[in-house]
Amino acid sequence: MTRPIAAMLAVLAIALPATAEDTPKSGGTLTYMIPADAPPSLDGHRETTFATVHSAAPFYSVLIRVDPNNPASTTDFVCDLCTAMPKPTDDGKTYTFKIRSGVKFHDGSPLTAADVAASWNAIIHPPEGVTSARESYFVMVDKVEAPDPSTVIFRLKFATNAFMPALADPFAWIYKKEILDKDPHWYEKNILGSGPFKFAGLEIGQSMKGVRNPDYYIEGLPYLDGFTGIYAEKQAVRVEAIRADRAAMEFRGMPPASRDQLVKELGDKIPVQESDWNCVNLVTPNHKKKPFDDVRVRRALTLAIDNWRGAPALAKIANVHTVGGIVFPGSPLAATKEELQAIAGFWPDIDKSRAEAKRLLKEAGAEGLKFELMNRNVDQPYKYVATWLIDEWSKIGLHVTQRVLPTGPFFEGLRNDNFDVTIDFNCQAVVNPLLDVGKFLPHSVYTENYGNYDDQKEIDLYQQMLHETDFTKQRALMREFEKYVLDNEAHMFMTPWWYRIIPYRSYVKGWKISPSHYLNQDLATVWLDK
Amino acid sequence: MYRYIIKRLLLVIPTLVGAAALVFLLMRLIPGDICVVRLGSGGGTFDERAVQACHAQLGLDRPMFLQFVDFVWGFFRGDFGTSMWSGKPVLYEIAARFPISLEIAIMAVVVANLIAIPLGTLSALKQNSPIDLVIRVISIAGLATPSFWLGILFILAILNVSQAAFGSPWMPPIDYVPIWKDPLRNLSMVIFPALTVGYRTSAVTMRMTRSAMLEVLREDYIRTARAKGLVEHIIINRHALKNALLPVVTLIGIEAAFLIGGLVVTEQVFNLNGIGRLFVQSVQNQDYTMTQALVMLVVAAFVLTNTVVDLIYAWLDPRIRYG
Amino acid sequence: MTIAAPDSRAIPAILDDVPEIRRSILRRAWIFCRRQPLGTFGMVIVVIIAIAGLSADWIAPYSPTANDFAAMTEAPSWAHWLGTDQFGRDQLSRIIYGARTALIVGFSCAIIASVAGLVLGVGSAYFGGRLDLYLQGVLDVVMAFPLIIMALAVVAIFGTGVHNVIVAITIPLIPRCARVVRSSALSIREVPYIDAARACGFGHARIILRHMVPNVMAPFLILLTAFVGQAILAEASLSYLGLGVQEPVPAWGLMLQGGAEEYASTAPWIAVFPGLAIALTVFGFSLFGDALRDALDPKLRDR
Repeated sequence: MTRPIAAMLAVLAIALPATAEDTPKSGGTLTYMIPADAPPSLDGHRETTFATVHSAAPFYSVLIRVDPNNPASTTDFVCDLCTAMPKPTDDGKTYTFKIRSGVKFHDGSPLTAADVAASWNAIIHPPEGVTSARESYFVMVDKVEAPDPSTVIFRLKFATNAFMPALADPFAWIYKKEILDKDPHWYEKNILGSGPFKFAGLEIGQSMKGVRNPDYYIEGLPYLDGFTGIYAEKQAVRVEAIRADRAAMEFRGMPPASRDQLVKELGDKIPVQESDWNCVNLVTPNHKKKPFDDVRVRRALTLAIDNWRGAPALAKIANVHTVGGIVFPGSPLAATKEELQAIAGFWPDIDKSRAEAKRLLKEAGAEGLKFELMNRNVDQPYKYVATWLIDEWSKIGLHVTQRVLPTGPFFEGLRNDNFDVTIDFNCQAVVNPLLDVGKFLPHSVYTENYGNYDDQKEIDLYQQMLHETDFTKQRALMREFEKYVLDNEAHMFMTPWWYRIIPYRSYVKGWKISPSHYLNQDLATVWLDK
Repeated sequence: MYRYIIKRLLLVIPTLVGAAALVFLLMRLIPGDICVVRLGSGGGTFDERAVQACHAQLGLDRPMFLQFVDFVWGFFRGDFGTSMWSGKPVLYEIAARFPISLEIAIMAVVVANLIAIPLGTLSALKQNSPIDLVIRVISIAGLATPSFWLGILFILAILNVSQAAFGSPWMPPIDYVPIWKDPLRNLSMVIFPALTVGYRTSAVTMRMTRSAMLEVLREDYIRTARAKGLVEHIIINRHALKNALLPVVTLIGIEAAFLIGGLVVTEQVFNLNGIGRLFVQSVQNQDYTMTQALVMLVVAAFVLTNTVVDLIYAWLDPRIRYG
Repeated sequence: MTIAAPDSRAIPAILDDVPEIRRSILRRAWIFCRRQPLGTFGMVIVVIIAIAGLSADWIAPYSPTANDFAAMTEAPSWAHWLGTDQFGRDQLSRIIYGARTALIVGFSCAIIASVAGLVLGVGSAYFGGRLDLYLQGVLDVVMAFPLIIMALAVVAIFGTGVHNVIVAITIPLIPRCARVVRSSALSIREVPYIDAARACGFGHARIILRHMVPNVMAPFLILLTAFVGQAILAEASLSYLGLGVQEPVPAWGLMLQGGAEEYASTAPWIAVFPGLAIALTVFGFSLFGDALRDALDPKLRDR
């Protein structure tokens, strides 16, 4: 009874932001929850967690970003600090950006191209003793230069479509050159940016506060006088806080049950925005452990899973929704349903698929196999997905137990190959399929692949695809790569893609959902209708 | 007596060093470390080089033995170092969270004893009557309920009741304000977790009060007092309760030290930025320095409370030998 | 986590009762029931849970692990008396099978911890001297050590299987039992007949087994019953932190954790029934333990 209503409201809510909104009002303070305990540091160049973005993104500017007015698009990028999106020259190997004039850091000093170049150099070629989390996204970049105070030039080693989306990275905050030169670790504990909000206080472990930057370079923005982000790791607390209006929203994503609860209790005071999420749990068998070195066993594992029937059921209880291949379902590079159905694990006839799985197991001498599924101590959606998978596997006679580990031991287990099969994940910010599918490449190429396999044919296919600049050809190569990884070799396989559900207080306006909780978080366009 | 005190105090040192060794070893036996947690949790790229840079920055590449000596020597000098997670001084991080935990602990103990001592006494006086049964059932139920469940249901009840009563749901504030800044807001935040923790604590104290009271009531001097024809409430207040409270006081002391355990779960449920939550965070982040400091503080508090209680006991009860 | 320590001075008195217990267990049981209505009630709960756990394979109406996407989060009905959970699994069946997990965790922890505590406590008291001092030092450290660190370490090192959860819960319980047993045993060691036994040239083993151990049985049994309940509760707390028994094993703490966090309001039966199962069981063991203590402690028995 409640669920159809919730679903209807959700659909209505998605339609809402697209319609012409009333004129934005200035003023007020937005209070939102940050579903984490506290970020490790405030340095976006170093950290990978959304907790750092949700805490500090409003203080910073970036070079380019996803369009804040259309963040759902996976191909739409616009300038923040630059004045116009450049056309590449030199056969697609040189990008020249003109930097806005009159931009000031919060300490009053001017922001110039030198600061932009210094920040990008710290990200792409970090100095000794400094960690950059996204260094590997920029394998194609040769040099970043600032020939004059208003020009930044990126020179690439080879032309690729993966460059522009990578450049829109939400962690790529522009820092002050002078400070970076003096102390490259300064930004871990301090904040000095040029973004729409100025730092107003960090109560350690409790809240982050910002106030309006009156000198912000975009006329009329931001609308809010300030914001308060409150750290709360436990799910129940965040739902209660929104229900009692102690906070207006959270930006990561809530499970369906929490959405249903809030909508049931508060009705039209809680609109909901939803989107496919550029994150997915991947099942990774450890190729080093017997019998998972046998492709027949790996294929049996994927053939046992009924994604088509599982996804809609799981969507009612977990943050997952859409059946997809290796590419984010909203991207033009993603497989269509027909293309998917030709791949193991997506066959339309599950009985046929499971019969084949049983046959393969028998052939490989692995009937009634017992193994352990290593998982991370995170409820949504990791443990939900695991419970489902274990039941699916029981249908072809496999006996699977689950070993759940906290974050540290989980990653250590991955790094030491100390597992049979694991639920790994691939979670990226900007949708950039060419880089995102790097996750499926052998460890020798992509350090966060834990399947323990080597496969030169796969690497060659990938390189060909990365260097291809013609879209149609690239898409065909992507299909070939996908079929090869998921079916022929069954190196890793998919579970339904994550789904981002954001219920929020109806007085919050001007915020639009994107396919990633990392994106579009500077809050400049958010306003309160109170 | 002095020899006994000195001996008792000297015994504290090996216990502390033992605890230090235990936490040091246990934390390092857990697979992975803070660098793996930090670099891995966001899902970005992390390679061997990044992990090594992180190790070097935090001093984790130094020999274990040196790390241990630094930690113990630092502890006895009162220098706990900096948190590996936030890079801020450990004492600063703890100081930021200490007031709220202390406030809840104090209120919980007060609440617990306000409930427990009268009810426990009543229960003992009316042993095996219906009142006794009801009180005992309430008290045992307090021990039998998982505290996080109680906390979650408690918040839900507050929300539902306030929604029914005022039309819009209300819950305690979720960001802490010190009591001297805004007493009302502070109290409205602290009282509910204090009740949740206090209920459980009261159950323990109530049982203890009851059984201690029952025992005292059978002592000869109470019989004598009764025989003398003293008024019942004088017997209870002057003679029985006073003596029965001795073990209860001990228990309150020990329970106060154990409160930290109750706080771990309750602070999670109510989203209070206290020591208990910091504890869980630092263990999960594998923040060695922070966890070590917190464990040492808890152990020191526990050991000192026990020592002081022992000493008070020895002083109060001459039958205990200062062996 | 604190266990109300039974009064050690009261223990020697039950020596006289030993033959009487042997003579007429039934009569004593009847007296126990009449004098301890709450204790009897507790015992009944415990027996029901035990039966449920032992015969889960026969009495559970559904499989505790099979997902049924056609029946997700259904309210209690004739088909599913206690409703279904997120995965469409029958809650009643999961609670019945969960009783088995709870009993395994509860009894394993309680028995291992109290037996280890008994050995350490009696040994420490009997041999005294240096051994006693060192042992007490070690036990003090373990006792003062926060449970969560110990549990997290054990689970993080060995994983989250039922066995490891048992280890994690058992370790901190041992010193609690050892302490209480030691103080009881100490008072017995001073009793003249122990000296007499030693004078007769009896071996340590014989004196310990024949004379010391039987005399600390009262606090031992009381702690044992208390530990069962505490272990079940500890498992629930570990589950809340994500470190308890894991899916798809049916376990109450696990059911409660997921249910209470997400469904307390929309599907309350998921949050309420496992919680009730835990509370009732622990309640039963506590009532029974209390009554046992009153019955074994003659100072509290008259009136």
